[in-house]
Amino acid sequence: MTTTVIKGGRILDQTGERPGDLVVDDATGLIIEVGPDLNADESRDDRTIDATGCLITPGFVDLHVHMREPGNEAAETIETASRAAAKGGFTAVVAMPNTDPCMDDPAVINQVIELGRTALCTVKPSAAISMGRAGEQLAPMGELAALGVRMFTDDGTGVQDDMFMRRALEYAGSLSTDDGVPIVLSQHCEVTALSAGGVMHEGEWSSRLGLGGQPSEAEELMVMRDIALARLTNVRVHFQHLSTAGSVAMVRAAKAGGLPVTAEATPHHFTLTDACCADYNANFKVHPPLRTQADVDAIKAGLRDGTIDAIATDHAPHTPDSKDRPFDEAPPGMLGLETAMAVAMAELDMELADILPMLSWQPAVIGGLSKTHGLPIEAGNAANLAVIDPAHRWTVSGTDMASKANNTPFEGRELVGRVRHTIHHGDVVVENGEATR
Amino acid sequence: MRHLLSIEDLDADQMLSILDLARNFATVQQRDVPKVPALRSKTVVLAFFEDSTRTRSSFDLAARRLSADVVNFSASASSLSKGESLRDTIETISAMGVDAIVIRHRSSGTPQQVTRWTDAAVINAGDGWHQHPTQALLDSFTIRERLGTLEGKHIALCGDIAHSRVARSNAQAFSALGARVTLVAPRTLLPASLEGWPVDVAASLDEVVGDLDVAYMLRIQNERINDALFPSVREYRTLYGLTVDRAARLRSDALVMHPGPMNRGVEIDPEVADDPRSVVLDQVSAGIPVRMAVLFSALGPGQFEGELS
Repeated sequence: MTTTVIKGGRILDQTGERPGDLVVDDATGLIIEVGPDLNADESRDDRTIDATGCLITPGFVDLHVHMREPGNEAAETIETASRAAAKGGFTAVVAMPNTDPCMDDPAVINQVIELGRTALCTVKPSAAISMGRAGEQLAPMGELAALGVRMFTDDGTGVQDDMFMRRALEYAGSLSTDDGVPIVLSQHCEVTALSAGGVMHEGEWSSRLGLGGQPSEAEELMVMRDIALARLTNVRVHFQHLSTAGSVAMVRAAKAGGLPVTAEATPHHFTLTDACCADYNANFKVHPPLRTQADVDAIKAGLRDGTIDAIATDHAPHTPDSKDRPFDEAPPGMLGLETAMAVAMAELDMELADILPMLSWQPAVIGGLSKTHGLPIEAGNAANLAVIDPAHRWTVSGTDMASKANNTPFEGRELVGRVRHTIHHGDVVVENGEATR
Repeated sequence: MRHLLSIEDLDADQMLSILDLARNFATVQQRDVPKVPALRSKTVVLAFFEDSTRTRSSFDLAARRLSADVVNFSASASSLSKGESLRDTIETISAMGVDAIVIRHRSSGTPQQVTRWTDAAVINAGDGWHQHPTQALLDSFTIRERLGTLEGKHIALCGDIAHSRVARSNAQAFSALGARVTLVAPRTLLPASLEGWPVDVAASLDEVVGDLDVAYMLRIQNERINDALFPSVREYRTLYGLTVDRAARLRSDALVMHPGPMNRGVEIDPEVADDPRSVVLDQVSAGIPVRMAVLFSALGPGQFEGELS
């Protein structure tokens, strides 16, 4: 038996912060010992990972990643996205289904699962709610759930038809799963009739720049409807990438009323505003769009008071060619995996201990990953870990990223805090800031 | 002036010096040989990715009258129709060693993007709903030649403001030059936000028509009816058109303007288009000296000394 010893760091998880070394069994990928002054056994081929000055935390879980495979391998593959995830401290990601072909079919889900086996993190496929994400016919949720899918979403668009969404919730809510983990429907909230023609937030900047706008209300109307449908069906709804103050307020009220809703927000939506579009740099084009400072502030408040459960990146790689198009023609989306933690540390005015729940164990529960991810750092639990150097200073560079694409909105920005090592099921996938494969 | 991407690139003094220069160039047009050697050996590419007759012809003539070499490049005849990206197209044009790229594109912001891909001077000949700075300059020129100044004049921009690059650049130019600008349109044809716009808004032309120095009418597009932006052409004309009746309430020394092409009988009655107060053709004529002045300001050897041949 060989082991990996993580030595010299402080453990930070849901039970608090304390000094401690870890011994991880390489064969099972489990933590087998946690305690002071643990050392590698020199009679064996054990290795030691230095965590001096670092915090050892449960690995992060991203509920919202576009891995682009199958279909757009020029922008990203499951392998490259997983490498970016690992470098960002994520040990599990939920892959979005807007691939080509769409992840609405057992064969495509199986392909993603198969490609995920050699990835640097756990790749949990989500699947579309409707066939081809067209909102007309339900995807075979039962069959797909049997393959392990626990999250369904038409992300990229929202389910427009009220009755269709009601039926999808009722049907999903009645399915049982072999592990008892409930199925969740995850909504990209956008009433497309109201957002039609919009390529950025509707307001002062869209009016000045002569670009079509998406009003906040296009998102809020669907948040409002889905809260009503959660009440009607008593089935859980997860709100993706909340971007407006009104959405945050409605989710807060729904939670106060005991309704089964959860929500995520992206680092870019709690950091950047529509003013970033002033130079027509399409790296700032994203759906939902960057909004106003008041919205940014409301999302931060929602993260602080527990209205928003998870920080999700909506990592959306696009090739440089596609982002060099005119702003209205360029595809929406931005990279997020490698910058999420440091941006959260820089922008949220919160201690890492208070940010971690939203990066790790809360999304792990929502995504059906909590048996192996986001667990307290204790003997017997899967070794899915991030080792964070909170003082490491670095400058964001799209071309230096592990992601195939380089469309980061944080280009050139100096950040403090970086993942030094990432351990995925006992496998050291990132060591000293570099992916090991 | 390196590029002209937006009328906001120019302050009032810079606009006025371009208008002064244009007045000099206007005299060139009266000559038997309406040409000066100011931009000899310079190459100007007209990269029109959207159909345009008057703006393209106007820039073409302006460049030729400055003795520049002109290359016409149109989207339909170009590699764009073979799937080449805008960036590749611009980089290809630039590699031929050109001094200025005059660009017209249906997408807002493309002139600014293009500056990242070329060393040539970039002149915006209209981008999406965003800006049409040479239109703003030629309209300012026209008003200035007719009324002497824009200072203190009341100008109404009437029609589809939301989807108009002319409205955006003209509101800024007229206001910078001291005019009071009133937008006249139903809410559906106004931008979502007028935050930072130096304008007043009137809900109907009747509110302001008697007070105007300039009634500037914008082209209304029929297809906007499909987007529920207004009910019918008839109703639009009734509420927002410069009809014969309304024109009768316009002062005798007021100007009627339109960037063309006009929908006679919709935003402007045919009789009004041909009224002595209409300066629509003056606007077209002004385009050439104004664009000569813009090209010269971007590419010329420095101050134009007034040596016209």
